Amino acid sequence: MIKEILKAENLTKTFGDFVAVDRLSFAVHKGEIFGFLGPNGAGKTTTINMLTGLARPTAGSIFFDGTDYTGRRKKAQEIIGIVPDESNLYEEMDGFENLCFCAALYGLRKAEREQQARRLLEQFNLSEAGHKPYKSYSKGMKRKLTIAAGIIHQPAILFLDEPTTGIDVASARQIRALIRSLNEGGTTIFMTTHYIEEAERLCHRIAFIVRGRIVRTGEIGELMADAQKDQILQFSFAGDVKLERIEADFQRHFGHCRLHHWTGSIYRVHSAMPLDLMPFISFFDARAIKVMEAKIVHPSLEEIFVRITGIEQEVMKKEKEGRKK
Amino acid sequence: MKTAIAFWNILAKDMRNYYLKPPNISWGIIFPFAWMLMFFLKSQTPLDVRAVLPGVMAMSILFGTTSMLAVTITFERRSRSFDRLLLAPISLTWLMLAKTLGAILFGIVNAFVPVLIALFFINLADISWGVVFLSVLLIAVTSTLLGLFIAVSVSEVFEAQTFSNFFRFPMVFLCGLFIPVSQLPQFLQPLSYAIPLTYGADLLKTGINQDGHILVGISFLVLLAFTVILFLISRRNIQHRWIY
Repeated sequence: MIKEILKAENLTKTFGDFVAVDRLSFAVHKGEIFGFLGPNGAGKTTTINMLTGLARPTAGSIFFDGTDYTGRRKKAQEIIGIVPDESNLYEEMDGFENLCFCAALYGLRKAEREQQARRLLEQFNLSEAGHKPYKSYSKGMKRKLTIAAGIIHQPAILFLDEPTTGIDVASARQIRALIRSLNEGGTTIFMTTHYIEEAERLCHRIAFIVRGRIVRTGEIGELMADAQKDQILQFSFAGDVKLERIEADFQRHFGHCRLHHWTGSIYRVHSAMPLDLMPFISFFDARAIKVMEAKIVHPSLEEIFVRITGIEQEVMKKEKEGRKK
Repeated sequence: MKTAIAFWNILAKDMRNYYLKPPNISWGIIFPFAWMLMFFLKSQTPLDVRAVLPGVMAMSILFGTTSMLAVTITFERRSRSFDRLLLAPISLTWLMLAKTLGAILFGIVNAFVPVLIALFFINLADISWGVVFLSVLLIAVTSTLLGLFIAVSVSEVFEAQTFSNFFRFPMVFLCGLFIPVSQLPQFLQPLSYAIPLTYGADLLKTGINQDGHILVGISFLVLLAFTVILFLISRRNIQHRWIY
């Protein structure tokens, strides 16, 4: 039987007239990695802040392990671990001291916190750096130590806010492996991320949040299966193509298909029926539209995200570029 | 027990990271020393040292505590490490007590630096040490809470410094340390009695020179009231501004 470790019911947060989070209801199952995906400003951080006690819900209830913790944030904080989107340990202290201090905040005694700190430094491959000042750590090391600090008291559920944002590719890979191994070790993880591929690789279930509301929740397989019912062909054209000029003609030839602009000079054809590339290439060729590249596309989670959230492909691209900077 | 462990470790961390750092130790010594030296050079007799001692002690506490607490908390807010404390299962009241106790201790130590210097020049045997210690403690507590009030009201470290001065300098001139309250313009006198330093400074004057003009019991009660009010206001402000 599936056990719900976290349940939110009609969780709402308003700031004056602005509704940041609008009647969110969802459950996180024990032992899973639950992804919380949404564009910037969708309400992800506000939700995580309400769940962890850094923000007071305007309405709604929060249950941990079947017990109502609404309005009892200090009690709830005993059983949850939090890794914020920015590493926020103490620059003046070394890695070992930081972990011991975080353990002390949860009331662990000296011997226990030192033992836990040593164990985690070893598990996170930070033993050598353990006695170096935190300020000398790379971003990836800081991120790893922040995750270690989040689990030092062995929480029932760990909240990870954007765990790989702003770190290099190699460190991000290490952190993803670490998240996976923590989950395999029994830690339930609630994770927000901008990176769709990351959610696809790590999460068991995903909730899409847009403008403060959950628009879809499901297992990756379910979400993918829905989208894979569609057949997609992708064409890259040379030069500037005016879609309006060929749209009517296209519809006459391929009534069961839908042609739309994807990004830049790339166009896509969608259909519920199996498609062959050749008739389309011939169609474009006959109208002096030079096809540079044509391929069959298998929808990714990103495309499902785009479709469900309604966020434009160009906006997604800009968001990604912004994050890389 | 868990709260006690968290409380002690927050205090120990602040002492190690901030208050016992060489620049702050030197501030704690140099600031009162500089004020003592200034008054000593100006004074004609050893007796004057005794007259200025309450003022130097009060200023050492006021400047030491308000600066340190406002700056350290604002710094921790900027680096978001303060969120770590707000997310820990320790009540806000205990967290505030742990964060303020470091600054209070720093203020108390600062206050006794001028006393140590004065001992080289004058005999302090007839001082009412009980009253002096009580006044030092209460000035340190109220000044620290003022620092906390400032920290909650600003978001940048430089704002903490400038906003602190907005309170501190008027307080120094209004509290009766340098100009007796009775000699201040009539319209400023009510303002004088509305600031905690007036009562703290008067207690110090009574303890050191027996020339305070407010009853010890009244000063003590007023300072206690200021402590409770400032604590509750700061607690409410933190709840509203930082746990939004």
